[in-house]
Amino acid sequence: MRFVPLAVAAALLSSAALTACTAGKEAGPSLGAQPKPSGSASQAVPAATIELWHGFSTDAEVKAFEDAIAGFNKKFPQITVKATKGVQDDQITQAIRGGKAPDVAASFTTDNVAQWCKSGAFQDLTPVIRQDGIDLTVLPAVARSYTAFDGKQCTLPLLADAYGLYYNKALMKGDEPPKTLSELTELTKKLTVRDANGDIKVAGFIPSVQYYENSPSHIGPMVGAKWYNDDGTSAIGSDPAWKQLLTWQKELVDWYGYDKLEKFRKSLGDEWSAEHPFYKGKVAMILDGEWRNAMLANDAKDLDYGTAPLPVADDKPGLYGSGFTAGTVIGVPKGAKNPQQAWELIKHLTTDTGSLVTLSNALRNVPTTKASMDSPDLAKDANFKTFLDIFAHPKTSTLPASVNSVFNQEVFASFITKWEKGSVPDLDAGLKDVDKQINDKLKLSGG
Amino acid sequence: MTAVHAAPPRRWRGEGLRALVWLSPWIAGVSIFFVYPLLSTVYFSFHRYDMYTLEFIGLDNYRYLLQDARVATSARNTLWLVAVMVPATVLFSLALAQLVIRLKAGVGLLRTIFYLPSLVPMTAGTITFVFLLNPGTGPVNQVLAWFGIEGPDWFGDPAWSKPSLTMLSLWGCGQLTVIFMAALLDVPRHLYEAAAIDGAGPWRQFRSVTLPMIAPVLLFALVTNVIYALQYFSQAMIASRVASGVTDSAGSSFSPGYPDESLLTLPQWLFHVGFRDYSMGYACVLALLLFGTSMIFTLILLRQFRRAEEVS
Repeated sequence: MRFVPLAVAAALLSSAALTACTAGKEAGPSLGAQPKPSGSASQAVPAATIELWHGFSTDAEVKAFEDAIAGFNKKFPQITVKATKGVQDDQITQAIRGGKAPDVAASFTTDNVAQWCKSGAFQDLTPVIRQDGIDLTVLPAVARSYTAFDGKQCTLPLLADAYGLYYNKALMKGDEPPKTLSELTELTKKLTVRDANGDIKVAGFIPSVQYYENSPSHIGPMVGAKWYNDDGTSAIGSDPAWKQLLTWQKELVDWYGYDKLEKFRKSLGDEWSAEHPFYKGKVAMILDGEWRNAMLANDAKDLDYGTAPLPVADDKPGLYGSGFTAGTVIGVPKGAKNPQQAWELIKHLTTDTGSLVTLSNALRNVPTTKASMDSPDLAKDANFKTFLDIFAHPKTSTLPASVNSVFNQEVFASFITKWEKGSVPDLDAGLKDVDKQINDKLKLSGG
Repeated sequence: MTAVHAAPPRRWRGEGLRALVWLSPWIAGVSIFFVYPLLSTVYFSFHRYDMYTLEFIGLDNYRYLLQDARVATSARNTLWLVAVMVPATVLFSLALAQLVIRLKAGVGLLRTIFYLPSLVPMTAGTITFVFLLNPGTGPVNQVLAWFGIEGPDWFGDPAWSKPSLTMLSLWGCGQLTVIFMAALLDVPRHLYEAAAIDGAGPWRQFRSVTLPMIAPVLLFALVTNVIYALQYFSQAMIASRVASGVTDSAGSSFSPGYPDESLLTLPQWLFHVGFRDYSMGYACVLALLLFGTSMIFTLILLRQFRRAEEVS
């Protein structure tokens, strides 16, 4: 069998060759490497066709995006923007890795920003921001924080999401929205309706983290809870605010009865359809993003509802008015073929007041710059203004960027699911274990 | 005494080269689709690899394997499937096949009815099952309620989630039932007649005639089902996701294996680590663990399979 060593050698060689090809390719020049165009910037930028990938998918969203790009084309007629809709982060990752990255990529989530910045998958925008003299203080500090990591501003905020409370005015019967967790509990008990078997027919407020938008990152700001220490390790087990929040949450779950609440939760319609329980009057108060206003306008025109900031811990009234924020981020991936033109598009979409107002009015997301929020052209009805105020509130917080953002959120959400079910005998020990899992993973990821 | 290394005759060398040429498609296939992925997996398992950057970290990924509580959980769940779901599916299929071949009329119709679920796409079948068993709106619990029985939260209660998946597996066992029917019909009738003359009852006939005669088919069913259970992925992931009610949208966090990680299987965790967390290096360690486990199970079962063949 003399051919066996030959076969193995051939296999090894082919493996080595193929392995060498997997480290990723860089196809284009890096951002800021080209000299800044002299004279009128818009005319001096060379002509090109650039590719833009974004996650918007409905006709209305795509139309809004095309309108914003049309504004860019007026400034830069020599640049053609080829937009691809409905793109998720996985596709962006694969494209960068395979050397087929678009010139501009936008993501609905901030979860991968740290990894993108750390690995260089998205290019650091700092040199061109400085080169063009852009003052980033036009953005609230919180929006700057979720778009950068480790000193690298590798994305910019395109539009923001802010989270607050929606309430059904008919079900509230004149009650004011709650401002503290105690008031929320009291009102929840008052508004909840059960049948003769004790099954829930209408819920005042669903405290479970498994319910739609009630993720730990969205509810944490109600008590000012902290995710990470300065060194990036988990602060969940050491920050008493989490214990305060989870104790409140468990008491309310127990008042419903976990099984009853789960049975009710699972009977509810889809979050993204016209069957949403809030539209149908099955839940009186919900935590949700500002974008729900646009959905309500489409799917539940007759619903009489109001919005307010989220209730906060009774002993921290100063938090009232704040909330959670994150949003769509946009940047130039590594390997972009036309980074100079890509940057001009990003600059336009993220800093041009007209563009941001156009997008915000169409998509009903929060515009990110102070000028766009103050623009008289921005449609600001009372329900939407609540979210503009939450976004601009100095105590509004975000989930700080972490290389293991997805993992950390999942570990914590999984723990809370067990906790609300009653499977965690010792809350302190459980939270310490969450810390350990997050810190072990952080160590594995190289900090 | 001097060792003499004689060069192989020229004719042999020519034959070796010719064999190599004939085998080259196989060598290329195995190299590209087996050896290369396997070696790459071993190589990446010693690295921190987030699909962008590669950094050698020695045995850190292997050390983390010992700290990762979800590995033990997913291994336990996978073993449960091997120990309970596989025997249940095989026995149920065998019983169904026995029943069908004994019927005097309507065999074709029943065979078709039992086989039909196998034709339903796996994703659609699983989603339908979860909806049918929904504790709030599902018809199964509503029917149970007519009889005064409060149905469980099938896919939402950790105690019921794996048995519910087993029910799904039983529902889709048509293919195996047809194979067993073929094997049972292949058993010579005169053996049963001889056994009956010797006074053997139905149980004794089954034990002493049917079982030995269908042993190779039975072992084949066990081997393929055990391998299938070790790689169990889609149904568990879909059932878990649909039952949780959490939508897969950007920014939403979902812990695989809902409820309480009771539906978390090793392949699911591997996928999650690799393609949600982008911890590719660690995912490679999990892949090697799964590969090793599958190999051990397969070798043991194949040895049994060969023994049974020799005996029969």
